[in-house]
Amino acid sequence: MDISNNKLAELLRQPEKIKKFSLLDWSVVIQQARASNLLYKLYCIFNQNDSLENIPLQARRHIEASRYTGENLYQSVFREVEYINAALQSIDLPVILLKGAAYVAKNVDAGNGRLFSDVDILVEKNFLPEAEKVFKQHGWFANDYDEYNDHYYRTWMHEIPALTHIKRDSVLDVHHAIVPPTSNIKLDTSKLLNCIEKVDGFANVFTLSSVDMVLHSAVHLFQDGELEHGFRDLVDLDSLMKEFSAQDPEFWMKLVSRAQELDLQRSIFYALRYTQRFLSTPIPQEGVQRTEIGQPVFPKLMDFLFERALMPAHSTCDDRFTAIARWVLYIRAHYLRMPLYLLIPHLIRKAYMKRVEKNKAVTTQ
Amino acid sequence: MNIGSIPQCDLLDTVRNEGIVFRIADFTIKLQSPFPEVAINIQKLYTDYPVVGPDSFVDFHMKVISPKGLRRWYHPQVEFYFDGFRPFKPLPQKQAYAMFEWSLNWCIANHMHSYFIVHAAVVEKDGKCIILPAPPGSGKSTLCASLVMSGWRLLSDELALIDSNAENVFPVPRPINLKNASIDIIRDRFPDSIFGPVIKDTAKGTVSHLKPPANSVRLASKPSRPVWIVFPEYQVGSDVVLMKKSKAQTFMGVAKNAFNYTVLRREGFNTLVRLIDSCDCYDFRYSKIDEALETFQLLLESK
Repeated sequence: MDISNNKLAELLRQPEKIKKFSLLDWSVVIQQARASNLLYKLYCIFNQNDSLENIPLQARRHIEASRYTGENLYQSVFREVEYINAALQSIDLPVILLKGAAYVAKNVDAGNGRLFSDVDILVEKNFLPEAEKVFKQHGWFANDYDEYNDHYYRTWMHEIPALTHIKRDSVLDVHHAIVPPTSNIKLDTSKLLNCIEKVDGFANVFTLSSVDMVLHSAVHLFQDGELEHGFRDLVDLDSLMKEFSAQDPEFWMKLVSRAQELDLQRSIFYALRYTQRFLSTPIPQEGVQRTEIGQPVFPKLMDFLFERALMPAHSTCDDRFTAIARWVLYIRAHYLRMPLYLLIPHLIRKAYMKRVEKNKAVTTQ
Repeated sequence: MNIGSIPQCDLLDTVRNEGIVFRIADFTIKLQSPFPEVAINIQKLYTDYPVVGPDSFVDFHMKVISPKGLRRWYHPQVEFYFDGFRPFKPLPQKQAYAMFEWSLNWCIANHMHSYFIVHAAVVEKDGKCIILPAPPGSGKSTLCASLVMSGWRLLSDELALIDSNAENVFPVPRPINLKNASIDIIRDRFPDSIFGPVIKDTAKGTVSHLKPPANSVRLASKPSRPVWIVFPEYQVGSDVVLMKKSKAQTFMGVAKNAFNYTVLRREGFNTLVRLIDSCDCYDFRYSKIDEALETFQLLLESK
């Protein structure tokens, strides 16, 4: 795979290239950034270092247009966190933010320009029934309830079906773990809960610790199989690791030993390998060596798959194996959480439901 | 080079394969489509638009293509892709050309937030322009078509692109989308009019696109100063009525018809305030085209 087609990655690695890009390069960058939901990230990066002016006007207006979506989101996310807080506080539970909302709340670089559509939170499994009840009382309901879907989530997933607020339409993803219960990774969620950190300015709002935040981002990207936003997630990882390692000289060591403790060596191996490969994340050689314990059995094959699947989901980044690579990794993600004798009926059912829905859509037109 | 000057077989070839890159006022579009009727009607209705080189910056990469699978033979369909994303459900293949037009509206209205964008027709004469905001079915396009076929300049039939200071409306003079009875009314009243395909049974009924006058296309990069905001309403058998509308009501009416008022928030509000402050505002009811044309001429001479 020729990763040099990824003009967006080139720009993120070397923002100073901004002056050297041709109009045609910009044409490609805008498309790739739009497909990976990173237009607003570009806006924030170049706005921060005062170089928006160096972008040709035709391209700049697309980047600047993303500002409105981004600013609207940031304004609403804190309000939304307060609503979640109001619900959980009534049963004395903390709000533990994950992913995008956590990056924004913790005010790290990864949150700067990060767009997301749902707020993800972590709730201790024992308290889940109570939390679900209180969310219902506060207006959050599972959208399009479907018995099979519900059963699937509750049996095989580390989250419950997404909840949508009946008035505000905002979406809440409630997790009780960061890996599926049946996964071959044995991760005790209480180990994460023991290390949560308070968010400044909020009474009852927390995020995972810096190291756990990176590990969660990695395990989500490399185990969950949702790779449409794979490149954006890789940009998150790059940004988190860059910032945390600059703040704490011990960061890499802590990251590797925590990965060992939580049984996440495989995910962290991939995270370091591909952030370095795509985004030239400055990772010390020693750190890379210490993660080699998590190397997969066929690293060349995994390179073949991930180098394709982690590109922006745009035709300028595809080769003839991209679609199959994403498909194989999607199947792999399911395989990692379900035994084969259940996986095959599940996938057939999903494919069938998709077909039925598609036909419904066509006939209702 | 203009689209009209490309030999038709070359144009068909380009649109089918690498795609044609052309400029519509402020926007550069790349269009790919295997359907000959899309290319043929682009040539018919976008004749005077310049083709630009393959090294240009492209705002919207548009694909109007056929869905994969067996539907290709059974009730064939057409779908629209924008940067690999499919914002709409497929339509019957006969609506391919209309799908291109509607998709381009969507592209502009959803991405060009450097403008305050109102769902409105905009026409100009003597350097003064009228914004005609209106929901579908109000007779906005019929009125707009009549005005531009009678010497007014077309800025747009669908999208009023207003700068943040509300000093200028920017043109995007594309074909006018006429529906149902309006198609024959305009065709009979203006024998010079050139139409694209008449497409039946769409979500909006029967539709056809009217080619914009060459002069409007020639002036496509020249913005105009907004002077009036007029809410048109076609009403069978009605006398022609032009009535002052309060600034407050006009504000609400324009906000309701704006595509990105809630996206632009404070900036959108400020733009709209400036726009309303600088314009005279009216409600307009009509049933006969000639009376409408006469009223607009009087309005123009009043200022």
